[in-house]
Amino acid sequence: MNELQLSALLPFIVLAMASVVVILLIAFRLSHTVIQVVGFLMMCLVVFATWYVRDTLPQEIPPLFIVDGQAAVFTGLIIFCVLVIGLFSYIYFEEREENPKEYYILLFLATLGAATLTISQHFISLFIGLELLSVSLYALIAYLRNRNNAVEAGMKYLVLAALSSAFLLFGMALIYMETGSMKFSGIAEQLATVGSSPLFLMGLGTIIVAVGFKLALVPFHLWAADVYQGSPSPVTAFIATISKIGTFAVLLRFAQSIQLQHYQLAVTIFSVIAIASMITGNILALQQRNLKRLLAYSSIAHFGYLLVAFLPGNNAGTEAAIFYLTAYSITLLSAFGVIILLSSRHHEAEELHTYDGLIWKRPIIGTVLAISLLSLAGIPLTAGFLAKFFILSAGVHQSVWLPLIVLVLTSVIGLYYYLRVINTLFSTTVSAEAIPKSVHPFFHVSTYITLVIMAGLICWLGIFPSLTLQGIRTFLMLH
Amino acid sequence: MILIWMICILLAGGIVCWLAARRSPLLAKWIALLTVTADLLIACWLFSVYKAFPDNTSWYINYQANWIPALGISFHVAMDGFSHVLLLLTFFLGILSVLCSWKEIKEKTGFYFFNLLWTLAGISGVFIAMDMILFYFCWEVMLIPMYFLIILWGDARRRYAGYKFFIFTQVGSLLMLLSILALYFIHGDQTGRYTFDYFSLLQTATDPAIAKWIMLGFLIAFAIKLPVVPFHNWLPDAHGEAPTAGSLVLAGLLLKTGAYGIIRFVLPLFPESAVAIAPVMILFGVAGIIYGALLAFSQTDLKRLIAYTSVSHMGFVLVGVFSFNSIAMQGVVMQILTHGLSTGALFVMAGMLKERLHTRDIDRMGGLWTSMSGMGGIAILFTMASAGLPALGNFIAEFFILLGAFANHPAFSIIATLGLILSAIYSLRMLQKVFMGQQHFTEPVKDISARELVIMAALSISIVVLGLFPQPIIDTVQHLSTIHPLLHE
Repeated sequence: MNELQLSALLPFIVLAMASVVVILLIAFRLSHTVIQVVGFLMMCLVVFATWYVRDTLPQEIPPLFIVDGQAAVFTGLIIFCVLVIGLFSYIYFEEREENPKEYYILLFLATLGAATLTISQHFISLFIGLELLSVSLYALIAYLRNRNNAVEAGMKYLVLAALSSAFLLFGMALIYMETGSMKFSGIAEQLATVGSSPLFLMGLGTIIVAVGFKLALVPFHLWAADVYQGSPSPVTAFIATISKIGTFAVLLRFAQSIQLQHYQLAVTIFSVIAIASMITGNILALQQRNLKRLLAYSSIAHFGYLLVAFLPGNNAGTEAAIFYLTAYSITLLSAFGVIILLSSRHHEAEELHTYDGLIWKRPIIGTVLAISLLSLAGIPLTAGFLAKFFILSAGVHQSVWLPLIVLVLTSVIGLYYYLRVINTLFSTTVSAEAIPKSVHPFFHVSTYITLVIMAGLICWLGIFPSLTLQGIRTFLMLH
Repeated sequence: MILIWMICILLAGGIVCWLAARRSPLLAKWIALLTVTADLLIACWLFSVYKAFPDNTSWYINYQANWIPALGISFHVAMDGFSHVLLLLTFFLGILSVLCSWKEIKEKTGFYFFNLLWTLAGISGVFIAMDMILFYFCWEVMLIPMYFLIILWGDARRRYAGYKFFIFTQVGSLLMLLSILALYFIHGDQTGRYTFDYFSLLQTATDPAIAKWIMLGFLIAFAIKLPVVPFHNWLPDAHGEAPTAGSLVLAGLLLKTGAYGIIRFVLPLFPESAVAIAPVMILFGVAGIIYGALLAFSQTDLKRLIAYTSVSHMGFVLVGVFSFNSIAMQGVVMQILTHGLSTGALFVMAGMLKERLHTRDIDRMGGLWTSMSGMGGIAILFTMASAGLPALGNFIAEFFILLGAFANHPAFSIIATLGLILSAIYSLRMLQKVFMGQQHFTEPVKDISARELVIMAALSISIVVLGLFPQPIIDTVQHLSTIHPLLHE
C-alpha cells in the first residue's frame, strides 16, 4: 500500500479511531457532554479528511477497497447523517438518564460498517462491513432495554439479520464457485468470458434476499415496523438512513461492476420487488396511528421508488438515486428530530394524537415537521419533489413504464396518510400547554437550530438543486 | 421582469400578512387588500400600454432566466392577450376574495391571508409560465394553500372535501408530469437539446401513436381541474365546504386553469391527437352540461347547487374548445370570464346568506325578499346571468360557443342548447326557494352592508359591461385562433 492509497483511506481510519477515542474517554472521563463534543469533532475531522483527499481520488486499494467519487458522496452523506443523529442522541438519552456512553461506540462502529460498504469492491469487505453494521445495530436497537418493545425489536432484528447474513454468505459461495473470484471486477470478467449459469443466478438471487432485508423491501420487510417502533428514536433514524444508504451503495457498486441490468431476469426481479414495495408500503401505512410505524411503512415505499431509479442502470439513474437519498435522509432526519424533541422521559411521542394542533402550540417544530412531511409526499418546492422528479425522468428516458405508472399512482395513495398527519398538525384543538423546561438548554437550542437549518435545506434543495446536482456529477466523474 | 414582480408582490404580501397578523389582524387584511390591488393596477396599466397589441408577435412580454440549466429548466414567463385577460380576472376576483373574507375569518387571520395570496400567486404563475416545470410548480403552488383554506376554515365536512380535492388533483398532476417528461425526452432525442421550454417543445414532431398517450396525461390533469363529467366528483364537496373566498377562487379561477391548460398546451402541442379525440371530448362536454344542470336542480344545499351549475357551464367550455372554430374559441374566453364573475358572485352571496342565517339549506330559507330586498335584486341579476339572459356576459359566451359548435357538430350543439333551458329552470328554482315564498325566519335579517355592496356592485358592473361591450376582450384573444392551424378548418 503506497502513501496515496493510505491517504485515500484516511477518512475511514479517522472514523475507526472515533470509536477507540470514545472507549478511551469512557475510561478516563465519564461525561456525556465530553463524549458528545469529542464525537462531534471526530466526525468533523472525517469530513475534513474526505475533503482533504478528494484530489487524489479515485484510488484503488486492491483487492478489497476502492475509494472513488461515488464512495465519497455516499460516505459524505453517511457522515452528515451521523452528525445529526449524534446531536439528536444527546437530548434523547440525557432525558432518559440511562448510561449512554457505550451508545456512541456502537454508533460510530455501525457508521464505520456503513462507510466500509460504500468502498467495498470485494465480497469479504462487503461482508465485514455488513456485519459490523448489523452487530452494532443489534445492541443499539435494544439499548434502552427497560422499555417494553426494545428487546422484542432487538431480537427480531437479530434473528432476521442473522438469517439474511446466512443467505448472503450462501449466495457469495455460489457465485465464487461459478466464477472463481470474490472481487466484483473479477466476477464481471469471468461472466464476460464464460457467461452466466443457473447457479450464478441462484447466488445472485440469494444475495438479493439479503440486500432486500437490509433495505426493508417487500417481501423482506416484515421486521421494519416493529423495529422502527421499538428502537430508540435516534437509532430508528439511523436504521432508516445510514444503514440503508450503505447497503444501497454496495448494491449499486455491485450492479455497476457486473452490469446487472443486462440480465433480464434480475431486472424483472428488481421491478417486481420495486412495484411490490411501493404498493405494500403505501397501503400498509394508510391506517397507521403511530408516527414511527407510519414512517417505517413509508420508508418501504420510498425504497421502492429508489429502486425505480436503480432499474435503468445508467448515469442518470445513479445521479437520481444519490439525489433521492440525500433528499430522503435530510427529510427523514428532520421528522425524527421533531419526534425526539417532543418525546419526554416517560412518553415517546409516536402516537398521532400527540401531534394535535402542534403547529399552533409550537410553531417552529410544527412547521419543520409539516415541511418534511410535504417533502416525503413529494410536493413541489421541497426536496422530495425534485428527487421524485429525477427518478421519473431517469425512468422515462429508459421507458420503464410499468414501475413508473405504479410510482405515480402509489404516490397518490401515499398523499392520503401524509395529509392525515398534516391535518393533525393543523387541527384546531388548541390547549395551551407549557413547553417543558429543558435541562440542557445548549443542546436543546442547537437541536432546534439544526432542525430549522434542515427544513431550510429541504426547501433550498427543492428550489435550487443545481449546485447539489453539479456536485454529485463532479464526484461521479471520479471513477 | 414585471411579470415576476407581480408574483413576488403576492408571495411577499402573503408572508408579511402572516407576520403582521400577530400584531393586528386588521393590518393583515389591509396588507392583503393593498397587495392584490397593486397587482390589479399593474395589470391594468399593462393593458393600457399594450392595447395596440403589436401584430408581429402575440407575446408582448417575455422574460427568461436560468434556473436549473443542467436539465434545461429555465425561469421563463411570457404574456399574450389570453394570459393578460386571465391575469386581470385573477386580480379582480382576488380583491373581492379578500373583501368577502373581511368579517368571515376570525381565527388565524394571518395564515388565512397568507394562503389566499399564495393561491393567487400560484394561479397567476400558471397563466404566465412558459417553462413546463415552472408551470408544474405553479400548478402545485396554487393547490396546497387552497387545501389549507379548505381544511382550516371550511365547514363541517371540510377534511373529507380537502382530501378529495387534493388527491383528485394530484392524480392528474402526476400523470401530467409523466407526460411532460416524455415530451422532454422525445424533443431532446430529436434535436439534441434537452429543454422544458414551451416554445421549443412546440416544435416537437411526435409519433401519433405516442402523442396520443402523452396528450392523455395532460388532458386528464386539465379535465379533472375543469372538471369534465366523470372527474367532477371533487368539485361539489370542495366548493361546498370551502370558506366563501375559497369557493370564489375555486369557481372563478381554479377551474379556469383547466380550460387555460387545454387551450394553451393540449391543442398546440398535440394538434392531430386533439382533433382525433375531439368528438369524444365534445360528447363529455355535452354530457356535463346536461348532467350538471340536472344535478343542480335536485340540490338542497345552496353552495352545492351553485357548484353543479359550474359543472354545467364548464361543459360549454369543453364543447367550445374542441369545436376548433374561432367563433367558438372567442365564446370560450368570454365564458371563462363571465362564468368567473357570475358564479363567483353567487358564491359570495351564498356566503353572505350563510353568515346571516347559519345554514346553506335552501329548504330552510325562503321569503328573504321582505327583509333583504337589496340582495334579492342583485341575486336576480346574477341568476339571470347564469341562465344566459341577453345583455349579460354569459349570453354572449354561450351563444358564441353554440354558434361555433353548430358548424361542425350540429347534433351535439342542439343537445347542448337544452342546457340553457335547464339552467333557467334551476336558476329560477333557486331564486324562488331563497327569496320568494313562505318566510322561515322570524327574526329580522340584516340587508346588504356597504362592504358587501361594493363587492356586488363591482361584479354587477363588470358582468353588464362584458355583456354589452365584449369587443375589447375578443380583440385581445384574436390571435388564439391563429395559434393553431387546425382552427381554420
